[in-house]
Amino acid sequence: MWKWLNSYADPQRSYNLAGTLLPWFAGLAIALIGVGTIWGLLFAPMDYQQGDSFRIIYIHVPAASMSMAAYMGMATASFIGIVWQIKAADWAAASIAPIGAVMTFIALFTGATWGKPMWGTWWVWDARLTSELVLLFLYLGVIALYASFEDKVLAARAAGILAIVGVINIPIIKYSVEWWSSLHQPATIKITEESTMTGDMLYPLLMNIFGFGMMIGALTLVRFRAEVLARNGMRPWVRELANAEATK
Amino acid sequence: MKFDSFADFIDMGGYGFFVWLAYGVTFGCLGILILHSLSQKKKVLTEIAKKMTREDRLKESRGKKS
Repeated sequence: MWKWLNSYADPQRSYNLAGTLLPWFAGLAIALIGVGTIWGLLFAPMDYQQGDSFRIIYIHVPAASMSMAAYMGMATASFIGIVWQIKAADWAAASIAPIGAVMTFIALFTGATWGKPMWGTWWVWDARLTSELVLLFLYLGVIALYASFEDKVLAARAAGILAIVGVINIPIIKYSVEWWSSLHQPATIKITEESTMTGDMLYPLLMNIFGFGMMIGALTLVRFRAEVLARNGMRPWVRELANAEATK
Repeated sequence: MKFDSFADFIDMGGYGFFVWLAYGVTFGCLGILILHSLSQKKKVLTEIAKKMTREDRLKESRGKKS
């Protein structure tokens, strides 16, 4: 039933598929982030306790939640690559890692600029902040491992094992605000019950969260395509593309 | 609109520095990431093309010797 999926493990087909999907992801990302950010900065009501400093939420929460989602995506791709030996999955994992690292850095940085006016400090070593910092180091570890082997099959296996082991950190980040007393507030958006946030504030936030997700998808496709080309330099169809690039 | 004037918007109720620092660094990072990602394809293809001309040269010099 799912056998048709196998054909997309072929490098050329996955390269072309990524190219077809790219404009949709990119278009949605630009539209959602554009509207969500302008709405959040200009039209969302001010928070009665935090004033206008709360507007940092419209990039902090999307970056933080997507840094974890991207990690799960990367680890899933690594798992598929290791178990079923599908190289395209390894390339996808390698493409996500730098994007996730940037998301994590943004989450940490915007958290610091929000923490300074609200908590009075840029940084505390509490559970939520520290576990998110560990996530950044996990991403950097995966990037470094993948870069340090000439043989990319071996590199993907080494980086993949680190990525899979690192999944343990994701529930720790998610539940850190419940398990330990933390300066960081617990989640405001809840999937199973009503969110403790008014709609005017919530909708632009949801738009930016989905927008960041689409942006990560689009960037993954862009990097995936380059990775497919780099790993298949011996194939005729890649050589044709290289020739076309050289004569341009 | 929740702000009376442009100056009000920049000031962000006194939190302007923190809000604009957060937004500036975020979109700066995203811009660099996007440009870097887009430049990869060209870089890879140029490298492969270089490798191909190198291989051609090798083949030619081998052909002369024999």
